[in-house]
Amino acid sequence: MSPGQSNMLPRPFSVYRADTLSGEISLLIEIKGKGTALLAETTPGVSLKLLGPLGRGFPDLPPRSLLVAGGAGIAPLAFLAASTAAPRTLLYCARSSEFLVCPDTDLDLPGLSVMEATDDGSRGVKGTAADLLSNRIEKAGAVFACGPRPMLAAVKEICSRAKIETWFSLEERMACGIGACVGCAVATTGGYRRVCRDGPVFPAEEVIFDG
Amino acid sequence: MAEKIFEPDLRVDLAGIALENPILAASGPFGYGHEYRELTGFKDLGGIIVKGVSLEPWAGNPPPRVAETPSGMLNAIGLQNPGLKSFLEEDLPRLRGPGPRLLVNVVGCTVEEYAGVASGLEGVEGIDGLELNISCPNVKAGGMAFGTDPAATGRVVAAVRRKTSLPFLVKLSPNVADIGAVARSAEEAGADGISLINTISGMLIDTAHKKPLLGNIFGGLSGPAVMPVALRMAWQVAEVVKIPVLGIGGITTADDALQFIMAGARAVAVGTGLFYDPHLPSQIKTGLLEYMKKEGLKNLHEIEGAARP
Repeated sequence: MSPGQSNMLPRPFSVYRADTLSGEISLLIEIKGKGTALLAETTPGVSLKLLGPLGRGFPDLPPRSLLVAGGAGIAPLAFLAASTAAPRTLLYCARSSEFLVCPDTDLDLPGLSVMEATDDGSRGVKGTAADLLSNRIEKAGAVFACGPRPMLAAVKEICSRAKIETWFSLEERMACGIGACVGCAVATTGGYRRVCRDGPVFPAEEVIFDG
Repeated sequence: MAEKIFEPDLRVDLAGIALENPILAASGPFGYGHEYRELTGFKDLGGIIVKGVSLEPWAGNPPPRVAETPSGMLNAIGLQNPGLKSFLEEDLPRLRGPGPRLLVNVVGCTVEEYAGVASGLEGVEGIDGLELNISCPNVKAGGMAFGTDPAATGRVVAAVRRKTSLPFLVKLSPNVADIGAVARSAEEAGADGISLINTISGMLIDTAHKKPLLGNIFGGLSGPAVMPVALRMAWQVAEVVKIPVLGIGGITTADDALQFIMAGARAVAVGTGLFYDPHLPSQIKTGLLEYMKKEGLKNLHEIEGAARP
């Protein structure tokens, strides 16, 4: 593509897998609009421009961490889950089975337990991320979550009541990706902050969800 | 004897600011430059115009603040900035030194605020010029933004002229009936140059949620989609003012830059294009040099306004 053509803005994605030996990274891309549709049509051998890694990632996982993924929010959490062999549990949730896109084989990791839930019960437990989390929060070492904002708001509520350290990876429409343009701002207790540079990972207690 | 290799001269004088080349980073996308310096080292930029600075910190607009559009984007950042004091203490010291000329974009909601920022920047080392951004949406100017009213434009420009010895450009809003009238008013009140255009007011609706996509409802359209509009307005302004014009609006190639220069612009600034490729200034510079060699041009003044009848 050249800049005069339709798409002007780069798209932000989480790293889904990284192989330090081969130098390959994988991205998990949900088709949401024109940009992601174009990327999905890309064939092997085509070169794409990539700027990264950007921003600040998750801190190290303490033992007995709970990872809460909603839909495409699985991407950074699958990467996080692969960073340790300590006992940890992934709560993988979506509206229905078709949104649980992550292959089972990618989640077959030593020490990782996986629990699934769907709103309609088409796979795993019938219920929400909040339902799964509520039953397990008391013994959690820390909580790491990525997914739709209503899910994160519910997670924040539960974790704050249980006083468990919690981290969110946030998503916002982005332009420069490096912290210059302030386009990807999110409301936090410290004012508007940049997902691309100050995040995408923020302490849950700093994130403001209203509106 | 070896033949002297012909090297075109890209230097231009923009309103008294001597630029190594006519390519600037437009105010906004570039922030205060720190991140782009890490990425590109400011390579091949003649000047940078840092993001708007107001007297006090501005929080900016609620998100979402940006959205892609066909061949462009909408933004409604809301001029989020840390204010004059923070700019002087935190940003400016890191920007001083050799490299591109530094212009500071000045924003305000009242004549007094613009004048206050200009005063605060007067005599400060490392600043080569100002750019007055007179398209703030919330201003005390008879209910209209300064940039849409020639009389209000004249008042704010005159007030800043009294406070600064620096050369300054006035950045015009395209959301007006007669851009020439606003430009003339700025010139008469003492502006040293005109930069245009700022973004074109627009909006998008998120049909899935049945609400405006941007947190601010309205945003500003930029990118290649607006280039012909910007070019037309640069042409119209160059026709009615004697001070130099800085062309801005959807420039992503050397050919775009040449079009603005042939319309009468002295220099050009790249904004949204940096999101597509932070290295655009280098590509534009290379393209300009190639064109000049091909055409046997010694400098760009030879083609400034060349397309005009």
